Amino acid sequence: MSFIFSIIAVTALVGVALAGVALDLRYFMAVVLPYAALATFVLGVAYRVLKWSSAPVPFRIPTTCGQAKGLDWVKTNKIDNPCSTGAVLARMFLEIFLFRSLFRNTRMEYREGGKVRYGSSKWLWLFGLLFHWSFLIVVLRHMRFFFEPVPGLIQAIEHADTFFEMGLPLPGPNGLEVSLPLLAQSGVILLAAATFLFLRRVVVPQVRYISLASDWFPLLLIILIAKTGIIMRYVLKVDVVAVKKLTMSLATFHPALPAEPISFMFYVHIVLVCTLLIYFPFSKLMHLGGVWLSPTRNLVNNSREVRHVNPWNPEVHFHTYSEYEDDFREQMIEAGIPVEKEA
Amino acid sequence: MATQTPKPQEILTTLGHQPPSENWMDTKPEFRPGMYCHPVKIASLEGMGGKYAREWAPAEPDWKLPADWKGIVKEGLKDRLNRFRSFQVFMDICVRCGACADKCHFFIGTGDPKNMPVLRAELIRSVYRGEFKTAGKILGKLAGGRKLTEEVIKEWFYYFFQCTECRRCSVFCPYGIDTAEITIIAREIINLLGLQIDWIGTPVNACYHIGNHLGLKPHTFKENIEYLLSDVEENVGITIEPTFNRKGAEILFVTPSGDVFADPGIFTCMGYLILFEHLGLDYTWSTYASEGGNFGFFTNNETMKRLNYKMYAESKRLGVKWILGGECGHMWRVVHQYMDTMNGPADHLEVPKNPLTGTVFANARSTKMVHVTEFTADCIKHNKLKLDPSRNDHYTVTWHDSCNTSRGMGFLEEPRFVLNSVCNNFVEMPDTTIREQTFCCGSGSGLNAGENMEQRMRGGLPRANAVRYVHEKHGVNLLGNICAIDRASLKPLMDYWVPEVAVAGLSELVANALIMEGENARSTNLRGEEINDLREEAGLPPIDFPDPDEEGGGEEGDE
Repeated sequence: MSFIFSIIAVTALVGVALAGVALDLRYFMAVVLPYAALATFVLGVAYRVLKWSSAPVPFRIPTTCGQAKGLDWVKTNKIDNPCSTGAVLARMFLEIFLFRSLFRNTRMEYREGGKVRYGSSKWLWLFGLLFHWSFLIVVLRHMRFFFEPVPGLIQAIEHADTFFEMGLPLPGPNGLEVSLPLLAQSGVILLAAATFLFLRRVVVPQVRYISLASDWFPLLLIILIAKTGIIMRYVLKVDVVAVKKLTMSLATFHPALPAEPISFMFYVHIVLVCTLLIYFPFSKLMHLGGVWLSPTRNLVNNSREVRHVNPWNPEVHFHTYSEYEDDFREQMIEAGIPVEKEA
Repeated sequence: MATQTPKPQEILTTLGHQPPSENWMDTKPEFRPGMYCHPVKIASLEGMGGKYAREWAPAEPDWKLPADWKGIVKEGLKDRLNRFRSFQVFMDICVRCGACADKCHFFIGTGDPKNMPVLRAELIRSVYRGEFKTAGKILGKLAGGRKLTEEVIKEWFYYFFQCTECRRCSVFCPYGIDTAEITIIAREIINLLGLQIDWIGTPVNACYHIGNHLGLKPHTFKENIEYLLSDVEENVGITIEPTFNRKGAEILFVTPSGDVFADPGIFTCMGYLILFEHLGLDYTWSTYASEGGNFGFFTNNETMKRLNYKMYAESKRLGVKWILGGECGHMWRVVHQYMDTMNGPADHLEVPKNPLTGTVFANARSTKMVHVTEFTADCIKHNKLKLDPSRNDHYTVTWHDSCNTSRGMGFLEEPRFVLNSVCNNFVEMPDTTIREQTFCCGSGSGLNAGENMEQRMRGGLPRANAVRYVHEKHGVNLLGNICAIDRASLKPLMDYWVPEVAVAGLSELVANALIMEGENARSTNLRGEEINDLREEAGLPPIDFPDPDEEGGGEEGDE
């Protein structure tokens, strides 16, 4: 049900975008909506992160995944069991940028005769990594639409992203290849990886069982965003100059639709992207922010060495030694256990 | 109504991991004998000031929840979202990638999809969404939200007391989502309704009022240790006279009370006693702080603090310099990650320093509490122990890393160093089942009761499976560990799955290998078993021990 709902939802979004084009709501879709979406995204993400940050961390609870710092001669696993802030930064870097924990993934096999075995399973790690990195590169590459001149860094990313295309003879007669834009790997990889993640959710029974609409919907949305982008770039060959005029007008806060017509596909693309931005802060996509705040990963494992303070350390009642001795004094004396007060 | 635990083969042949076709929100847990724990006794709950103590039974339809139970749960949930960043973040950021799904020993052993850590967390996340989040309130099931009902409470009780807080899933989670943390908080909330299991509630009450989980009163506690010492006298030939509640000792020693009570923990306890005697350590036991473990940790953080308080309080009263702790898993997670925060700073103590080696335990600079295994390792490293590891030659040992010391501390190499120093035959289980990936005994976090034996045997299946692997491959016949719950629970687990393998705490193996001044021929181990019988079983030639009845017997050890 949640799967079908998500398909209906993304289809409806495309329908809305097409209807918008038909009803000439271009200004709304290309100007009002992007501003609103960006504002929602920025404020929403900030709100969520601030809300998490405002909750205290009462206990120091890193999940230790290696040898702790102890006796001098015992070799410490500084990264998986961080003993300093620098080590935590290294752990967080590996976690956030290389998905360290997911790299550990194994697959349980229940074999005949009741034997349980564990095999290596790196597919989720690989495609997860490809998905996120290509998404990041796609986003950075798109920044060229909001800067004039385009900063060197963004040019460099775009250059690297189209690297494999260079020197390749392009197919097609009549000099068609001259006008064909360079193929950006990131977009294709993004689509492929998102498709993998989607199919994995469909095919693996356990993952299908736990999937909610909020898992299907963003994946489908991202797949469609990638598809519409690729279609615009390679099939419909949208007027990039006109698009840049529009995006620069947005970036300079002098919004205006360009005189030149822009393909309907652009409007579909932009409506989907804006939906993603608006949806983002209210969804699981906030793992982008949350992963930085995960107390099992971002704390130093030094709670025996340095006292961690709990701001709400509760006042509780204790059973004191004198109460204890009052209960058992006679037996203690009889058993030869020293007491504070003789009977 | 004794419940029959199914035979190992029955479990193995019926086990499957395919989820059912209906949505998980539409399935209910079945309270089948053997798969859940008995409710807490009224007196135990009330003894700790717990509310809504009553007679009730999980298998009955009416749980007699308090009138405003819904308000209590919602308020409890909201309160903890505000107090624990971990809880809030973990409620919000799971992407349900499923990497954790097959990492849980309960999922592997039961095939129940709600034992997949992701789904265990969704049991509470769905209510969080359905009751607190706009989308969940409006869209309900479609947004993964559901309303709080009595059925939900029953489901929480069933599954949050079918999680041992072992943190294995959290090792694999790309965001470090820790189901232990979620279970800890879920149990706090369930407890608000007077719902608790007896195996947790009664030890907690006993520990608070009497000093230890087992409810051993001061004189009984002392007698128990003296009883162990008479065995030591017989099997080792030495007399040990430890002190209790002695002011002015240098060190206070605290260990789980299980160590003075039940086989095979008692042999570990004999191990401590022999080790300290060997070193001539100036230490004392306490009958007041006679519990290292902390079942309050399985209740709520306030109770954990109330029980833990005694260690520092007693160390202050006795005027010791620092505290030495015995072998225990969750005890060490509490000591390492919670104690100083809850009941510190322990300014009345000194930074621990090994009186024999001069080693300063800088890693325990603030808590002032040292693990007996790191202490032993330090002594061995400085050649302070006279050891004959060949005395353990009849054992082929494998090492069970306890969940808490592995994933809540990082205590991996110290025990291995000690083990390698006191025995000659040590083989590791496969990498995916040890160290940070170690599998739980299946009975942690207060689930080592008697009535839930099927649950425990299923939960321990992955651990036992790895032991069976090294048993078949390398002839392993002993499973070593540093955890009192392991000692209590791995024994029945091995008896059930791999009966050829015995269970022992590390200090027992240390003491077997220790050459004591004035010892006897050591023709038996600490368990009183004849060494030559054990050697014969292991296919080793017998040792020519001097006849104990002959004059002078008990002077020299074997050569």
